[in-house]
Amino acid sequence: MRPEVTYLPSGDCALTVEFGRSVDRQVNLQVMALDAALKDRALDGVIETVPTFRSLMVHYHPSVIDHDRLCAEIGTLDIAPEGAASAGRLITLPVAYGGDHGPDLQDVAQAGGLSPEDAIARHSGITHYVYMIGFAPGHPYMGDLPPELTLPRRKTPRTRIAPGTVAVAVGQTVIYPFASPGGWHAIGRTPVALCDIAREVPALLRAGDKVRLRPIGPDEYDGMLGRPVRDCITIEEPAR
Amino acid sequence: MSAALIVQSAGPFTTVQDLGRIGHQASGIPVSGALDPVSLRIANALVGNEGGEAALEMRLAGPVLKVAASRVRVALCGVSSPLQILAPEPREVASWQSVTLTQGTVFRAAPFKDSITAYLAVEGGIDVAPVLGSRSTCLRAGFGGLEGRMLADGDTLPLAMDGPGARPDLRLERPFDLAAPAKLRIVLGPQDDYFTQAAIDTLLSAEFRVTNEADRMGLRLAGPALAHEAGYDITSDGIATGAIQVPGDGQPIILLADHQTTGGYPKIATVISADLPALGRLAPGTALRFAAVSVAEAQGIYIASQREVSAILRAPRPVRIDAASLSSRALLSANLIGGVVSAAD
Repeated sequence: MRPEVTYLPSGDCALTVEFGRSVDRQVNLQVMALDAALKDRALDGVIETVPTFRSLMVHYHPSVIDHDRLCAEIGTLDIAPEGAASAGRLITLPVAYGGDHGPDLQDVAQAGGLSPEDAIARHSGITHYVYMIGFAPGHPYMGDLPPELTLPRRKTPRTRIAPGTVAVAVGQTVIYPFASPGGWHAIGRTPVALCDIAREVPALLRAGDKVRLRPIGPDEYDGMLGRPVRDCITIEEPAR
Repeated sequence: MSAALIVQSAGPFTTVQDLGRIGHQASGIPVSGALDPVSLRIANALVGNEGGEAALEMRLAGPVLKVAASRVRVALCGVSSPLQILAPEPREVASWQSVTLTQGTVFRAAPFKDSITAYLAVEGGIDVAPVLGSRSTCLRAGFGGLEGRMLADGDTLPLAMDGPGARPDLRLERPFDLAAPAKLRIVLGPQDDYFTQAAIDTLLSAEFRVTNEADRMGLRLAGPALAHEAGYDITSDGIATGAIQVPGDGQPIILLADHQTTGGYPKIATVISADLPALGRLAPGTALRFAAVSVAEAQGIYIASQREVSAILRAPRPVRIDAASLSSRALLSANLIGGVVSAAD
């Protein structure tokens, strides 16, 4: 069955193709399937696409393809989500939890009735799914956390979150690639650069990837700083 | 020594910008690029560059620059106020024309008139390394342009070319019209259904003012609050330049070139792309109104405006001395110093 699609104009040069309004893995897989199908189709006039939790933004040249024709073309694409589920890579990132690297670990554990060790074990024991990249260059939104690690954002946002900080809120995990203010709970830090402009694709993670977080100690963290990314992470490409 | 401009004083908000970084929004990388791309393209045409060459974007006021090259051809566009040469011989050169400056010349843009965003293009372009296909400055992540930041006092801005090409200086036939349309045109959506009908009516009838919170990321407006029907938190989705997002306080924010690629506030409407250059020119305190158009209308306007700009870009004339400009100290001295005067148009 074809999913329900809503075509929402975002001005005259962008189109939001919406599959739902909430954070939902099936909805996101639909977004990823459309993104892949649109890339395959390589329509003249399409500039770039931005997958998000529940919609795909398509930036385009209206002098080459207008709104009506773009919607019609998208309507003809095969966007079965089955392929998208197995399309992402599996990436393992090192994370130093707690201490100076994760000042909110204690609070997060306490809110879930866990010891800090238990909180680390649960957070690093699941496979995270990258719903989208946004907010800042290379900044992933990942889900989904179990109920005991789910809590609202901080009442008072921190004015500075250190680059590489792994933070949780609203059932999700983010990693801040750059120093910035932020309202999420900082539980750890990765020494790996999530955005590197020297790479052809600057963002290390992409929407649709799966991520495992490997706990490391502060000494191992220090030892990895400045090392090439490939020495610190593992990447498994999807079976094709 | 290689050709350069020495930044004697940087100005409040001067960055290197071209037409933006295309194709990396899926990595969360903003497009950036000139807030007023029309003026950037005209400035480039006047110095003989390809359309999208990187130039200096100057906000509110310009830097004081000193020529450290044998000669350099520049053009000031985006404002109706002139270029001021401070040394060795003080004089003014009109905007919307190129002028060739010699080694040691100290110059700046005069206090801005009719826009708060001006462009200084240099023949051959600014010699900073392209990052991901663009020389635009991405302030958020600190890359592109000059070391990923605003210009600072004492900087050396490397130029790609030492000495101008053998062609006359150019000017526009008539100054470019910088006036914003009486009503900025918008396409409703993508989340207009998150707002009450009264909010839509207010958006399309009330007057809003640009506040002091106006930068390359966006313009925060002040006006009657726009009430949300369905809450002010949405699941983050993509953002187009010109999107009008409305956070919980009901005061709209128009997002400009440095906006985040995604966001979680509902967007009531999007300013059409033909009116985006005008947004980049608006000073804090400016009053503005909105009028809705359909997507099809907006796309027709876009295509027509692109044609208009192309016609302007094809039309620059050689700077020459004629009876009308004899009284203009600016034009006259420009020609005398530039040394290249074309008798024929």
